[in-house]
Amino acid sequence: MLALFTRDLRLGVRAGGGALTGVIFFLAVIATIPFGVGPDLNLLARIGPAILWIGALLASLLGLDRLFQADREDGSLDLMVLADDRHFLSLTVLVKCVAHWVGCVLPLVVAAPLLGLFMNMEPLAIGATALTLLVGTPAITFIGAAGAAVAVVLPRGGLLISVLVLPLTIPVLIFGVSASYGAVAEPDPFLQPFLILTALTLFLAVIGPLAAGLALRHGSD
Amino acid sequence: MRLIAEGLGGERGGEMVFSGVNFALDAGHALIVTGPNGSGKSTLLRIVAGLLPAAQGSVRVEGGGDEFSAVAAACHYLGHQNAMKTALTVSENLDFWQRFNDEPRLAIDEALKVVGLGGIGHLPYGYLSTGQKRRVSIAKLLINHRPIWLLDEPTAGLDKASEERFSALMSSHCTNGGIVVAATHLPLGIDAQGLRMGEAAGA
Repeated sequence: MLALFTRDLRLGVRAGGGALTGVIFFLAVIATIPFGVGPDLNLLARIGPAILWIGALLASLLGLDRLFQADREDGSLDLMVLADDRHFLSLTVLVKCVAHWVGCVLPLVVAAPLLGLFMNMEPLAIGATALTLLVGTPAITFIGAAGAAVAVVLPRGGLLISVLVLPLTIPVLIFGVSASYGAVAEPDPFLQPFLILTALTLFLAVIGPLAAGLALRHGSD
Repeated sequence: MRLIAEGLGGERGGEMVFSGVNFALDAGHALIVTGPNGSGKSTLLRIVAGLLPAAQGSVRVEGGGDEFSAVAAACHYLGHQNAMKTALTVSENLDFWQRFNDEPRLAIDEALKVVGLGGIGHLPYGYLSTGQKRRVSIAKLLINHRPIWLLDEPTAGLDKASEERFSALMSSHCTNGGIVVAATHLPLGIDAQGLRMGEAAGA
């Protein structure tokens, strides 16, 4: 399993892996917002956490279609399905998800504080947003894995995955953003939405890989 | 160990491709599946491996013990694709499969020497020619122990010398008590049962 993790991580960061694509997309989204919204610094600071979350959400959906498709195209996926008796397929999926998150999504979380400066956010808001992103984005990857597994047989499944997965990520987005706001806007609580966000991630860490494993097992042809 | 298929039928896109395929292979035996294109050789192998559900009949392994109780756990499946990543080196690819598949047998360098590719482990897999890629894929059969080899056109893209070397590998696998089921048009030079698809299919 560690072998699978290191392999996927290597593939993610080497040429053509797409780890950098997400960060550049994230940068592009955040950098254009101030031009569109205008130079109202207070407004930017107020919508900052939400924009960072939306940007990170879209950027993390970007690389998801390759999660299983690359393995399917070269036949590796068949062998992983065959190894089900040795390594439970859903566990294989979980490891692939974690490797994908570390390779493609963690850079987004790391870049988020820098991009927060673009939005004139105060340090506390930047910290809170980065923390909620760190805790919440794995949930997006886990839901995305289920979508990617369903769409793996389709040659142009990328957009379909986003459409399938986006509605399911809305709770994660809502609690992520409300926890970020809770840290700065006084009467709003931080801890409650943050804990629900954590619970969502843990819950989806089980449901997502299980669903994806089932879909992969029945989707091979 | 015994690999048994009874009344096996396979379908592709809702249409029966073949039906009524029976065979029983004891340890040390090979089955060569031949037939024209579209007769269902690949489908048969995928059903035997358990990648596709059988439309009729069943496949099972007897006497494999706990470890090799199901065909999927007991087999190496070598399909049309090589299951290697072009961005990784040959050694990294093989090292991954060796650690992922458990029950290591030959070391990676040794396996590469057996297929005549000694000393290229450091090259990215994508740099290799079609035949060399196939040979790396064959080396994958040697680095982990599996009693059953399911081979779909194993010698596609190989030159004459490599084909002969591969026949020798299959013979020695059978001599050591392994089972080989191979779909190929080429004579493989080992004693084997034959299964001709398109005729066996009585549909």
